[in-house]
Amino acid sequence: MDRLHLSQHISRQFNSEIEDVRRQVLAMGGLVEEQIAAALHVLVGRDAAAGKVIADREQQINAAELAIDERCAFILARRQPAASDLRLVLAVMKMLADLERIGDEAKRIARIAEGLVGEEGGSDITAALAELGGHARGMLRGALDAFARLDEHLALDVMHRDRRLDATYRDLSRVLVARMQESPEQIPVELDRLWCARSIERIGDRCKNLCEFVLYLVRGKDVRHSGLAKSDASRE
Amino acid sequence: MLSSIPEFPSSSIAPAGSAENADTALRTEDLSLWYGARQALDRVDLAIPARRITALIGPSGCGKSSLLRCLNRLNDEIAECRVDGRVLIGDTDAYAKDTLVHDLRRRIGMVFQRPNPFPLSIHDNVAYGLRLLGIRHRRELDERIEAALKSATLWDEVAARLDDSAFSLSLGQQQRLVIARALAVEPEILMLDEPASALDPVSTLRFEELLHELAQRYTLLLVTHNMQQAARVSDFTAFMHQGCLIEFGDTDALFTNPRERRTEDFITGRYG
Repeated sequence: MDRLHLSQHISRQFNSEIEDVRRQVLAMGGLVEEQIAAALHVLVGRDAAAGKVIADREQQINAAELAIDERCAFILARRQPAASDLRLVLAVMKMLADLERIGDEAKRIARIAEGLVGEEGGSDITAALAELGGHARGMLRGALDAFARLDEHLALDVMHRDRRLDATYRDLSRVLVARMQESPEQIPVELDRLWCARSIERIGDRCKNLCEFVLYLVRGKDVRHSGLAKSDASRE
Repeated sequence: MLSSIPEFPSSSIAPAGSAENADTALRTEDLSLWYGARQALDRVDLAIPARRITALIGPSGCGKSSLLRCLNRLNDEIAECRVDGRVLIGDTDAYAKDTLVHDLRRRIGMVFQRPNPFPLSIHDNVAYGLRLLGIRHRRELDERIEAALKSATLWDEVAARLDDSAFSLSLGQQQRLVIARALAVEPEILMLDEPASALDPVSTLRFEELLHELAQRYTLLLVTHNMQQAARVSDFTAFMHQGCLIEFGDTDALFTNPRERRTEDFITGRYG
């Protein structure tokens, strides 16, 4: 998939530098997706033993962010990229920050979920959180696919999915607040669940950001703050 | 999804300097050069890594071309020229009494700014150096000419017209012919003095791609006024100023985080 002719420079070395950066971003995205899956596993499966694996993966994600950022700086310095090449490098440098933050949110979910291990009751809430988390994970996968395939339609689709995620999050928040009012002694536990839901909602927002950068890369237009995701016209 | 990540090297914004780890093809030690009373090089210590591209950059008159001309003793032709220090090509001291200049120049090919093919056919341009080496056998000549033209990525364009005049070629083709001529005698090092400055932008990019391929087998030393070209093609970069070597190191590092203020000022266009 090379809609922007990113692999058609006269310099084969430049082609491979560009391809390496794309591949590394996807690999980092894969790690972040694994991190979300692991966090949800702690939340749902109540597997408190995953902490070490999650901490190690967090380090890999951070190292990937630094390494790719450095490669991008070298490309800027050595190639003076223009047009789609320049947009690719700029988009990647911004996407890295969002990917890394998604990894942070996943780690936060895992940490809070560890504290919930052993809590009785609330299996319906746990199921709702798992569904919310699965939705966010699907959005990340969609955003990475959109980046890999330079697919603006898929990017827009993922951005629209964020609206559904936000709505589900609001519903879940209302349920959790009601539970706190009903059983004040449960407030600490319900608050933890609310923090998890909040982190998942933030992951959705960051996936939307990723898609905005894919649109910038493909279309050359900065759609941030444009309300594009809310506009049904953008679906056409 | 991808389950494991390729190895990410730990991020380092370390200053330039990994050139020391590579094999050295050519070394200067305390090399100074005078044209009469004017000093053109001032105690230059430089180790050029083998089978890599090293770019020499710096403002006009900084000594880049003078340094190249010292390495294969082209400066010998200038009466008032005086050289001090050492130039080592592998283990050979270029200025030792028993060093044969023509052998030195076979080992170090040179390509100039303007393509300078001889007023001969394409075939005879490449055959020229081989004949000087005493190769007369037609089949061996033809084989080596074909190999050299292929290495210079010119063969496909000239295979059917080897007897045409070299001047019938475009400038970009002439420059590649000159490279083929240099490669035919199997040098170890290829020095290029502003080799792409007469070429149009697309020919320049093609030429740079050729340099990249040649670096698999040869040590390349490139003098260029074009900093962007140095950044694009070279593995290592040396910055010279007023006859001195100011900074030498890995091109990635030199163009993102130079050690010396003078290098920074030059590559950012603040000076020079």
